[in-house]
Amino acid sequence: MTVLAAEPRVRIADGLRHTGTLAWRTLVQIKHNPFELLDFSVQPVMFLLLFTYVFGGAIAGSPGDYLAFGLSGIIVQNLLFATLNTGVGLNTDLSKGVFDRLRSLPIARWSPLAGRIVADMIKQAWAVALLLGVGMILGFRVATGPLEVLGTFGLLLVFGMAASWMSVLVAMLVSAPEKVQIFGFVLLFPLTFASNAFAPTDSMPGWLQAWVKVNPVSVLADAIRGLLNGGPVAGPVTQALLWAAALLAVFAPLSVWAFRRRV
Amino acid sequence: MTNAIVAEGLVQRFGDTTALAGVDLAVRTGTVLGLLGPNGAGKTTAVRVLATLLRPDQGHATVGGYDVVREAHQVRRLIGLTGQYASVDETLTGAENLILIGRLLGLPRRDAKARARELLAEFRLDDAADRAAGKFSGGMRRRLDLAASLVGRPRLLFLDEPTTGLDPRSRNEMWDIVRGLVADGVTVLLTTQYLDEADQLADEIVVIDHGRVVATGTSDQLKARTGRQTVTVRPSAEADLDMIVALVRLVAAGPVDATGGVVTAPVTDPGALAHLVRRLDDGGLAVAELALRSPSLDEVFLSLTGRPAPEGVPA
Repeated sequence: MTVLAAEPRVRIADGLRHTGTLAWRTLVQIKHNPFELLDFSVQPVMFLLLFTYVFGGAIAGSPGDYLAFGLSGIIVQNLLFATLNTGVGLNTDLSKGVFDRLRSLPIARWSPLAGRIVADMIKQAWAVALLLGVGMILGFRVATGPLEVLGTFGLLLVFGMAASWMSVLVAMLVSAPEKVQIFGFVLLFPLTFASNAFAPTDSMPGWLQAWVKVNPVSVLADAIRGLLNGGPVAGPVTQALLWAAALLAVFAPLSVWAFRRRV
Repeated sequence: MTNAIVAEGLVQRFGDTTALAGVDLAVRTGTVLGLLGPNGAGKTTAVRVLATLLRPDQGHATVGGYDVVREAHQVRRLIGLTGQYASVDETLTGAENLILIGRLLGLPRRDAKARARELLAEFRLDDAADRAAGKFSGGMRRRLDLAASLVGRPRLLFLDEPTTGLDPRSRNEMWDIVRGLVADGVTVLLTTQYLDEADQLADEIVVIDHGRVVATGTSDQLKARTGRQTVTVRPSAEADLDMIVALVRLVAAGPVDATGGVVTAPVTDPGALAHLVRRLDDGGLAVAELALRSPSLDEVFLSLTGRPAPEGVPA
């Protein structure tokens, strides 16, 4: 093999600066498209109110009792659905040519993706804080301490980042941003609803319970319940982190492969 | 004069489709090369390879002396790219788009803002500075696309079909901007399916069809390649028509046409016009119009590719 002339790499510090600039770009879009704000503010709160007051009484006896069980599930469900934003944004950039413009600039190769992920994590953190805040107004109480709340945010963001690679893969495979939404929903609806996020596992038929118990959404919801309500933490958190690692290990390389094939 | 862009034997396949089947081209520093061809000829693929967005399957290319594969980063420092596939963020304002590029190129915030203001004024977009790019008109949008590729003051510019879909006025504005850049010494590689655009802007034209270069040369050289010109004679008096047809037939290299009282015929002999003038004079025949016309690039295109130029080509 011939020795290639060493190409001066972009320094990490510059790459991080590019990432920051591109994250700014994604966040400043909110200013011009208030619908996006609706997407990750109003919609989660709507879900929370709906589940608490419409189904809560039937599932747990009273809306207040349901909140203790259901808030964690709703936060997890919202987290997963919001990962679609990453895919929709990436697909828009690819199909509109923004990505090509960025790739023709002398910037770190990884910064466009990293910038989007950083921005989306900020949005995710905002939605989690909002749901937690509204939940507390409705009567939810954190039974643990500030460390556990911090842990909740950390675990959710780590899991959200890993899970967003699923939507990145979909984004690389489909031709239009709307299709990311459609395929994403088809993927995420059964995943989130066939879990213990909204209803307790023992109320379901046996065949479904078998799946619900191993569903990563249940695992993550249990981990968040443990962190916020007290109860077992180490087991579900470890399992959730293993799931995150597995999602990352499968979907990140697939996405990179699909990206290379596409451009 | 040195070459700013050199490509040798570029081959690019997408599955079973061969987009580039061995393309060679060279662009001299400070000139405009027009890459002319119909839709699907491989123009955009060629630009994407040269702008480091695609790795060629075979062949190699240098831009500004740097290899587009091995030294892609240095190439990216030199170039600006505008086109159907490299565009601005529609959700950001005109100013934000330009500031974004400036910041990515390492300009401090204040300088990025100043540069954005400067470009917006230069491209008459100051009024639209705070409007989302998605709400721009077609012409404004192209100007913003071009401005975005000029933030870093590139010495080499790739323009991929810069005027496709624009109305004639916006197209003329775009042409003026490109001429201005060339006057400042920028080297331009321009792709177009408009023959007159290549004629207007390009110092040299490369005609590409089905991923292959079918002709290279200046506009005049390409026109000369068809080897024939058209002579047109309009008699002053209609009564002279038959006599003039007879005279034109003596110099014509093909069928003589006399519809509408105007006599036209293809000629190949360089002395044909002088010959015809003498004969007309000898016969005492007065003419209202006498002209020798080079073939249009449309005719050249037809003779080079065996197909008419693509639809919708303005005259």
